[in-house]
Amino acid sequence: MTDQAQLLPGTLDLLILRAVSLGPLHGYGILLRIGQISGNALLIEQGALYPGLFRLVRQGLLKASWGTSENNRRAKFYELTAAGQKGLREETANWNRLATAIGAALAAQPS
Amino acid sequence: MRLLDWLRFRIATLFQRSQMNAEMEEELHSHIQHRADDLERCGLARAEAERRARIEFGGQVRYKEESREAAGGTLVESLIRDVRFALRLLRKSPGFTAVAVATLAMAIAANAVVFGVMDALILRPLNVPQTDSLYGTEYGVDTGFQSYPNYIDLRDRNRSFDGLAAFTFAFVGLDTGENPSRASGFATSGNYFDVLRIQPYLGRFFHSSDEHGRNSAPYLVLSYAYWHSRFQDDQGVLGRAVRLNKHPFTIIGVAPPEFRGTLSFVSADFFMPIVNQEQVNGENLLDARANTHAIFETFGHLKRGVTPAQAVGDLKVVGAYLEKTYPQEFAQESYSLARAGLTSFGRAVRAFMTGLMLLAGLILLAACANLGSLFAARAADRSREVALRLALGASRARILRQLLTEAVLIALAGGAVGLLGSIELLRRMSMWQPFPGAPIHVPINPDARIYAVALVLALVSGFLFGIVPVRQVLRTDPYQIVKSGSTGRVGRRITVRDALLVVQITICAVLVTSSMVAVRGLARSLHGNYGFETRNAMLTFTNLAMAGYSGDEVLAMQKRMIDAIETIPGVERVGLVNNYPPLIYAAGSRVSIFKEETKDRTPSNIASMPYRYDVSPGYFDAAGTSLLAGRTFTWHDDKNTPAAAVVNREFAGKLFGSVPDAVGRYFALQDGTRVQVVGVAGDGKYLSLTEDQEPAIFLASLQVPSSQLSCVVVRSHRGPQQLSAAIRSKVRELDAGLPVDVATWNTMLDVVLFPSRVATVSLGVLGAMGAMLSVTGIFGLAAYSVSKRLRELGIRMALGAQRKEVLQAALGRPFKLLACGSAAGLLLGILASRVLSFIVYQATPRDPLVLAGVVLAMSLLGLLATWIPAQRALSIDPMILLREQ
Repeated sequence: MTDQAQLLPGTLDLLILRAVSLGPLHGYGILLRIGQISGNALLIEQGALYPGLFRLVRQGLLKASWGTSENNRRAKFYELTAAGQKGLREETANWNRLATAIGAALAAQPS
Repeated sequence: MRLLDWLRFRIATLFQRSQMNAEMEEELHSHIQHRADDLERCGLARAEAERRARIEFGGQVRYKEESREAAGGTLVESLIRDVRFALRLLRKSPGFTAVAVATLAMAIAANAVVFGVMDALILRPLNVPQTDSLYGTEYGVDTGFQSYPNYIDLRDRNRSFDGLAAFTFAFVGLDTGENPSRASGFATSGNYFDVLRIQPYLGRFFHSSDEHGRNSAPYLVLSYAYWHSRFQDDQGVLGRAVRLNKHPFTIIGVAPPEFRGTLSFVSADFFMPIVNQEQVNGENLLDARANTHAIFETFGHLKRGVTPAQAVGDLKVVGAYLEKTYPQEFAQESYSLARAGLTSFGRAVRAFMTGLMLLAGLILLAACANLGSLFAARAADRSREVALRLALGASRARILRQLLTEAVLIALAGGAVGLLGSIELLRRMSMWQPFPGAPIHVPINPDARIYAVALVLALVSGFLFGIVPVRQVLRTDPYQIVKSGSTGRVGRRITVRDALLVVQITICAVLVTSSMVAVRGLARSLHGNYGFETRNAMLTFTNLAMAGYSGDEVLAMQKRMIDAIETIPGVERVGLVNNYPPLIYAAGSRVSIFKEETKDRTPSNIASMPYRYDVSPGYFDAAGTSLLAGRTFTWHDDKNTPAAAVVNREFAGKLFGSVPDAVGRYFALQDGTRVQVVGVAGDGKYLSLTEDQEPAIFLASLQVPSSQLSCVVVRSHRGPQQLSAAIRSKVRELDAGLPVDVATWNTMLDVVLFPSRVATVSLGVLGAMGAMLSVTGIFGLAAYSVSKRLRELGIRMALGAQRKEVLQAALGRPFKLLACGSAAGLLLGILASRVLSFIVYQATPRDPLVLAGVVLAMSLLGLLATWIPAQRALSIDPMILLREQ
């Protein structure tokens, strides 16, 4: 647990969008998917996912529908809306710019 | 509490949140189940897997709340939760809730009722268009009375009014052919409805063009209410002939429902042209310019751009012209304008209602102060809870919102209860006819304006007392309080509440003082000396015009009535007075008196303007008016003997210097008649109980023009019920078609006592409310201070303190506050009572009984309010207490 990184504020939404972009998922599935694609490097408290999900639904980036999970349980599945796909692209680009800039700033050596 | 469940359900479905909550619940549950499935696969038992899954999930409640917020339901949702929480808390302390709601309900009901009456009487009395330019004219001292020729001149010569209308009362027997009955309405000028700019509900109104001189317009317009009750909404009444005092009139229209005539405290049954007044009065009152009681009030709309001051100037010009042209008959000192609807009562009513509204406002303020300190005490008691919530991360704003929600909930509940109460009260008041036989009646329709006022008052007061504990909460230091309990800085907190309490006790003492002054005044006026004896006296009113008598028939019939009533067994004295006896319906007429030697009888030479009563022989005995010198009238004082008068002491003193000097002397009437003073009677009250001593003269009814309206005074020790039945049957034997009203003189005094009664009752009610508020306020403070200092008191007792010392420690402060407030209130109350003395007869604050009463009442209140806390302080068992804490 100790080697997991704390999430930066605002990045959870991006991770959710990314996880869902690979196909409709229920909440627990999203959590597993994030763990999987991040190599379990990020510390996310399970419940913290839900406020993010509701926020994204309200913003119209995700839509939700009830269905049956692989465990044969009723679960709410989330998928990207068109706005969500656009949002994911923009946010990804933003993030990359930010990461590049911060990486460059941190890597810069006093000349 | 099924109501609460229902409310909760309604609120939830109203916002359709319950479904979302259920879904959220299911979703989180599903998440945990999926995680548990995974953990189970790793080899955990199902129960253990689910437990672990729940722990890993984290704070479910918190995430649910955050999710709800994220989903956008925050404001409404959290408001609902605040409301729910507040309801739960309030339900947990039903005593507090009940006291708070009742307190506020009372205060709001008082305000709503006073506002309702004010609304009906002052704010929009007439229900006619453009009331803001509608003014009545007044002459002399507060009176709209005017003679008909003067009215005509004013109407035609003024340049300020768009038309000047006039009206007076008409009391008639109305005979539709089936059952003759009494009705009261207005005799109006032809332009009455046109000046008012209103349209008929049915048929047509009469107009100036219908007037062609005396008795030329036998038309009748019914009021909607009268049409409804007497004619059962029959559309066919138009064109029907009815008889008013035996004279045929044709019903031509029905007035709109909201129009009840141009006096806001009188509901007219009908409107008839004033040119036909001779038919209903049996005598012509219109032609004499000197008869200044022919018209009750003239009024009209000011022309656009004309200010009331300009209009008054204009009236003065007309008045100057009239005075020059008719020096003998025209005498008017001053002119003014008043809002139509209340005429000369306007100023008094307005002042009284404003005062009442102010008092009601003070009551509400006191209630808020009270609830504010209750809330502050409650917040202090809950400081641990608040501290815990703060420590657990709740924001101060959220906690304040919670407290405020509680306050507003109580306010709304109080407002609703108060409103219901006030509507019921107003409904009863509007059905109430204070004086049987008189059309005085104020219909108040509780409407949106009253609801709005109650709602606004409730909300404002909710916020007002809700913010009292705010500072306290903002200053809360969770760490300190959780550690040591809420003891820090109590001293400062108490001072704010102390101030509130003193203010409140002061208000209460003011109210108690003024209501006691009013009650004392009323009690005295009931046993005062009116110059006649009201006990064991019956008044028999008849209007001979209603049975068609006129001229000499009137005198003959009056004599027959007196003789007939005298034969009733048990009747001791009988006498008759024309029109009304003193103090009835505030009706009285004055007469201009000149010195015998005055040749030029112009207004400037008037020696005195006494009240005038035309009485029969026997009146003084029947009325119980004492004779100081000379003699009273006999049946020989008639048209064939020189005019004789009995004058009161005041008149005798003013005109002739002393009582013995007056007998045998002469004075002159306007028309030059020499009248000899044959007797002097004791002084009395004539128009109102609060008047200064006025002069009065009594003329022999056989020597003056007869009046169809007369009152027979019957003195007897028989029971009023039997007696009135006997009188009725005697009169019916004489003339079955003559309507007769019999009442005891005492009940008839209700009219003059009405203002003081109303003042006394309303002050008494407000005073009782103030007292109740003070009791709860002092009780709250005392109980609070005892409970805060239980430990200290216990230690004192353990160390050997006496009961007296314990009491002093526990209750010294509330008692000091009570004393301060009472003293201040008593002083203010005495000042306020000066105002009262205008309304209530003999209201004087410098009355030892009142002072003692106030002191006693306030001490009793204090005792009452501190009794329970004192008992609690005394019953402390130091051992138990110290062990517990």
